[in-house]
Amino acid sequence: MKRIILSSLIAAATAVLMTACGSNVKLDEAPVENRTGTAVKPEANTNDVTSKAVTPVEIAANNNNTAGPQGVAKIIYFDYDSFTIKPEFQGAVEAHAKFMAANKVRKLAVEGHTDERGGREYNLALGQKRAEAVRRALGLLGVTDAQVEAVSFGKEKPADSGTNEAALAKNRRAELTYR
Amino acid sequence: MAAVAMQSAAQFRVEVSGVGLTQMPIAIATFKGEAQAPQKVGAIVKADLERSGVFRSVDTSGVTMDETSRPDMTLWKQKGADSLVTGSVTPLADGRFDVRLRLWDVVRGQDLGGQSFAVSAADLRLSAHRIADFVYEKLTGEKGIFSTRIAYVTKAAQRFTLWVADADGENAQSALASPEPIISPAWSPNGSQLAYVSFESRKPVIYAHDVASGKRRLLANFRGSNSAPAWSPDGRQIAATLSRDGGSQLYVMDANGGEPRRLTQSQSIDTEPVFSPDGKNLYFVSDRGGAPQIYRMPSSGGNAERVTFTGNYNISPAISPDGKYLAYVSRISGAFKLQLMDLATATVAALTDTNADESPSFAPNSRLIVYATQQQGREALMTTTLDGKIKAKLAGASGDIREPDWSPYSR
Repeated sequence: MKRIILSSLIAAATAVLMTACGSNVKLDEAPVENRTGTAVKPEANTNDVTSKAVTPVEIAANNNNTAGPQGVAKIIYFDYDSFTIKPEFQGAVEAHAKFMAANKVRKLAVEGHTDERGGREYNLALGQKRAEAVRRALGLLGVTDAQVEAVSFGKEKPADSGTNEAALAKNRRAELTYR
Repeated sequence: MAAVAMQSAAQFRVEVSGVGLTQMPIAIATFKGEAQAPQKVGAIVKADLERSGVFRSVDTSGVTMDETSRPDMTLWKQKGADSLVTGSVTPLADGRFDVRLRLWDVVRGQDLGGQSFAVSAADLRLSAHRIADFVYEKLTGEKGIFSTRIAYVTKAAQRFTLWVADADGENAQSALASPEPIISPAWSPNGSQLAYVSFESRKPVIYAHDVASGKRRLLANFRGSNSAPAWSPDGRQIAATLSRDGGSQLYVMDANGGEPRRLTQSQSIDTEPVFSPDGKNLYFVSDRGGAPQIYRMPSSGGNAERVTFTGNYNISPAISPDGKYLAYVSRISGAFKLQLMDLATATVAALTDTNADESPSFAPNSRLIVYATQQQGREALMTTTLDGKIKAKLAGASGDIREPDWSPYSR
């Protein structure tokens, strides 16, 4: 009895396997064989070709930045191939250090960036050097390592998408982001 | 001096330059029934074989022959073909297609065998790539790479997508879409997972991603930046660049996660690790000498020896799967150029005449390199033969396209 039902299900189960969609047919019980191709008598070395599936994953945007000290620059610009904080940004670094000292629970991310020239991974490491320079400067002013994380975006997030020197200068930077 | 010829093929152009090329002349007839099928199987086979650099296709316009036809060898000899591919695409009752081919040795008048595939319409391209692999292996004795895959990243309107495409750039499927950048995809040695760097949590973090299921797991999310993942050839370890201890340094960790072990102890940048195919060495980039150069050290750590000596900016090493070549990018007079070093002799050759080459990756048969570059101000993915003479621009999604990584053979 069960055999008969099963054999009559083979064709349907085969079709279900082809389209790979859901079904009430209990496939794991049925000795399903793939008979497709017999009608056209393929050669002995017939190959079943099926693409490997790729399941897409989507990430939603995330905007939960929080405020830091008022009226203080949050971007520190660097010269080409340089990791030195220029004197004109010393005041801003000090203001951020003061804010962090007064708000011990707050966390700060220093995000290093580079201009577009060169490799992505090497630029990521260069951006890291800029972020570390700012982190060390904050550390010298008493901000604990636990409060600050230095990370890099390399050349992946330019502030200005232009390619002239003015645009490139805007991209060589460290951004201070409160979290 | 260099003769340049453009041959139009399927969806992309194969650019041939240079003289003295020895290429096998092959005739690929229009497959019977392919005009009614959703994909032009014969044309895809032809484009694959041309892109390999090993074959030169002989004009077959107007000739349709299926696998049962007995070809007139004298005619094909006159046309200059050494071999001939014939075939057919026939719709099946269940909606699939029966794809068949036969390969002929025109010079000896021999039947070199055939194959047939029963495929869905969506897999017609894959069957064409399998046919190209069959022909390539029969005629060269080496495995073809046409049915392998290439991962790459596109950026369009602040949306970053990690794609998995056929080796000709077609048939791209989205593996990951994100509002934040994705860089440095790296196939696992068994071709099932991609490790990559994602900035979705506002910092670079390394994931391993099973492309068939979409299941992702965090591989490295340590304090600071986590980047440049590289699989060991046995798939058990991941080398990466971490800044957890301050500064970008190399670490190795279990591919299932766990505590990383630090491999380099320098005050400089150490990044872009890649394992040698035997797993014994790591090639990487370091600016310990004052400028970025490629170094090599034992994969368990230890003394590093410098590998590149020409120029003052050499990055992005890739080692051919046969272990013989190092491809990398060199800054030369402000331009970024793909270079190839023969590791046995340390001789270096420039492979391109473009100025913004990035991210070289070898095909699993070590015969082609895929790389990102810019053409007419637009990002593009190109393949080149190791002599730089045969180049093809891969088809791809619109928008900026970069970060290619060629998959291993599927297992």
